[in-house]
Amino acid sequence: MLEIRDLTVRFDDAAPPAVDGVSIDLPAGDVLAVLGPSGSGKSTLLRAVAGLEPVTAGSVLYDGVDLADVPTHRRGFALMFQDGQLFAHQTVAGNVGYPLRLRRTPARTVAARVAELLELVGLPGFGQRDTTSLSGGERQRVALARALAVDPRLLLLDEPLSALDRGLRERLAHDLRDILVAAGTTVLLVTHDQEEAFTVADRMALMRAGRVVGAGTVEEVWRHPADAEAARFLGYATVLEGPAARRVLRAAGAADLSGALALRRSALRVDPAGTLHGRVVSARSAPDAVRLTVDVEEVGEVHAVAAVGDRGTMLGVGNDIRLAVDLNRTARLAG
Amino acid sequence: MTRRVRAGAGVLALAALPLLVLVVFFALPVAGMVGRGFFVDGSLDVAGVVEILGRGRVHRVLWFTLWSSALATAVTLLLGLPMAYVLHRLSFPGRRLLRACVLVPFVLPTVVVGVAFRTLLADSGPLGALHLDGTPVAIVAAMVFFNLAVVVRTVGALWEGLDRRREEAAAALGASPLQVLRTVTLPALVPGLASAASVVFLFCATSFGVVLTLGGLRYATVETEIYLLTTQFLDLRAASALSVLQLVVVSLLLYAAQRTRVSREQALDRAGIRTTTRAPRRRDAPVLAVSGLVLLLVAAPIAALLVRSLQLDGAWSLQSYRELTGAGAAGALATSWRVAVDATLLSMLLGVLVSVVVSRRPRARLERRGLAFLDGLFMLPLGVSAVTLGFGFLITLDQPPLDLRSSAVLVPIAQALVALPLVVRTLAPVLRGVDPRQRQAAASLGAGPLRVLATVELPVLWRPLLAAAGFAFAVSLGEFGATSFLARPDRPTLPVLIYQLASRPSEQSFGTALAASVVLCVVAVTVTALVERLRLGSVGAF
Repeated sequence: MLEIRDLTVRFDDAAPPAVDGVSIDLPAGDVLAVLGPSGSGKSTLLRAVAGLEPVTAGSVLYDGVDLADVPTHRRGFALMFQDGQLFAHQTVAGNVGYPLRLRRTPARTVAARVAELLELVGLPGFGQRDTTSLSGGERQRVALARALAVDPRLLLLDEPLSALDRGLRERLAHDLRDILVAAGTTVLLVTHDQEEAFTVADRMALMRAGRVVGAGTVEEVWRHPADAEAARFLGYATVLEGPAARRVLRAAGAADLSGALALRRSALRVDPAGTLHGRVVSARSAPDAVRLTVDVEEVGEVHAVAAVGDRGTMLGVGNDIRLAVDLNRTARLAG
Repeated sequence: MTRRVRAGAGVLALAALPLLVLVVFFALPVAGMVGRGFFVDGSLDVAGVVEILGRGRVHRVLWFTLWSSALATAVTLLLGLPMAYVLHRLSFPGRRLLRACVLVPFVLPTVVVGVAFRTLLADSGPLGALHLDGTPVAIVAAMVFFNLAVVVRTVGALWEGLDRRREEAAAALGASPLQVLRTVTLPALVPGLASAASVVFLFCATSFGVVLTLGGLRYATVETEIYLLTTQFLDLRAASALSVLQLVVVSLLLYAAQRTRVSREQALDRAGIRTTTRAPRRRDAPVLAVSGLVLLLVAAPIAALLVRSLQLDGAWSLQSYRELTGAGAAGALATSWRVAVDATLLSMLLGVLVSVVVSRRPRARLERRGLAFLDGLFMLPLGVSAVTLGFGFLITLDQPPLDLRSSAVLVPIAQALVALPLVVRTLAPVLRGVDPRQRQAAASLGAGPLRVLATVELPVLWRPLLAAAGFAFAVSLGEFGATSFLARPDRPTLPVLIYQLASRPSEQSFGTALAASVVLCVVAVTVTALVERLRLGSVGAF
């Protein structure tokens, strides 16, 4: 199990630290995603765990052993970068077999293991290909196979899918999850993409300005954002506070009316039986719903959705409508 | 006329002037020189050439050229690699100054390098106890000294661009620092290493001033042998036979260098804005120590030269500098300066034209081949014996309509040709580096061809232009091989004068040669320092 204790990484004495007193536990076999916007220090955290950045304070332990004096190549981890960083002077098989050859594995064993790994990542028979002939998705699969080659006790993934286009990213995220579960690997993943984190990880830590703001299972972090900024980063469209939040909670029939409330775009739905009154400000068709902006009494301008069939009947700009609240698409802020 | 044909005609028009100059002032003299060897009394005499190439002395000279150049190349690579790492992968205060210092030997006139090493290694000199004066070790050491900058710059520029994360990925997969170096870093540097090695070998195998001042008559390379055969023994046939041999070897080498450059441009996968340097750490200590030692080795001959120029008969004295005027050094410096200005202008004019032509990226295979050929053609002066060139000038340009033998234009023209490859090597990579889409974007926004040149290409090109001009100036200032033939006796350039002074047996003459060397050194280094002030980083690849 990986334990990160009060880890601080400082590049420049004048600037605030890139990683500021971060503590994270990662049990063996779990997949943890560190989610944060760019510049939040998540990549630096990953590099510090890999032993690539000098640690200013705090410690990184694996199975109880402090890694401070263990150089990168003796940590038994594997690191995969956003753009794969395949070795251009080697073939696909050469790349995947690289960590095995470092450990003086017999050539026949290497060949068999490489074939097995390429099968695992869905690229059977790609061994003799030149790395430059691969597509972005294929490169990442090869990089993953290379990282998994020697069963690392911890796999570090730095934005593994961010360089890919959207459709491929979604497909590969599911594949990645399946491959990681099949291999039983312990994984620390950093990403700025929430979908990637939700799809691949069991656990999540939200990072901002070098600090962890909210950690737990994906469900916990998702359901209880630490504050308004965290909620927005997690994809909640609006955060309501005070009377506005109480008004929406009352409309939903909630017993506890305290605290701020984060709403997803689809938290408010057009419903003739709803108890919130509002006036349509704008309406736009999306493939699965009509997306509205509504000026709601006692709440203000918020996002709402309507079923596609409702378009045109009563959703004209300026029309008065009624809205119902779906509490499953809202989150109470933890603070 | 179709657009493509028109574009092809444009390229030819641009290339016409440089081609003409190359034919008249390079191909013709070299061919004339070669003709002297193969044609006796108007008939072809191959057997005679074969007989010359079979001589024992020729074999010795050839063997010495090969092994001394190969050894010097190997040592230069070995010492240059840690230096390239320190100066291009680590960041520390004073790095920029150190980079400039490493470049100094490369712009020092070869005669000065020779004189400096003799001062350092002479029995009465600081390292006299090693008794290296007049040995091949001294020659190899001077070659290493001279070429270190080529390795540091060529390999360093490539190294600087390598994405550090590739090495980190290997380390995370379990590769120790040495394994990372062997399996990831060195393979990525191979194109740069090969390119640097071929250029260094070329420079060593054709080095003239250094070998002539350090080797005397005992140790000759093909280049100095050509000089000795023509000037001392008046055996033109043997000289031209050796020239042909050299031409063939050099062409093969240039072809190989061209191949590595092509593969390098394909393989180059740059790190972009991500910084690849970092502060030194404890484990860099061995590399830093080696680099420090190399720096000391670079500084030693220059320091010895400076100190000895300020001494006479063991006491501090400015006498050597006072003697300069009497020896005609002021006039020689003025001549050198004027010639260098002319040569620089000419080589820049030709160099820009050639660079524009060879940096084009045509689609058609045939056109690409043609451009690659042109590229190699303009590199030829880099490797063809400057002595061959100089002597060829004398024997071919002596009759109407080209009776230029007594004209003052020969020296600048010869020097411009010697500097041309360097100019092209500095400019062409920059021009090739301009993404064609930038031109296309500018054109689509309404910029005409001239406007594109002024707004897209010129802004990235003006610094390299100045750098190239500085290099050409320094090269011209120190050029010795061709100039030693062409300079008129009453108007020697400074390097020629230094050689004359240094070959006289008198102590005072040698002292004056040292003083003149220091003066030439200061001028060359000042010009280079001004170029470096432009903060060019590592432009160009030789």
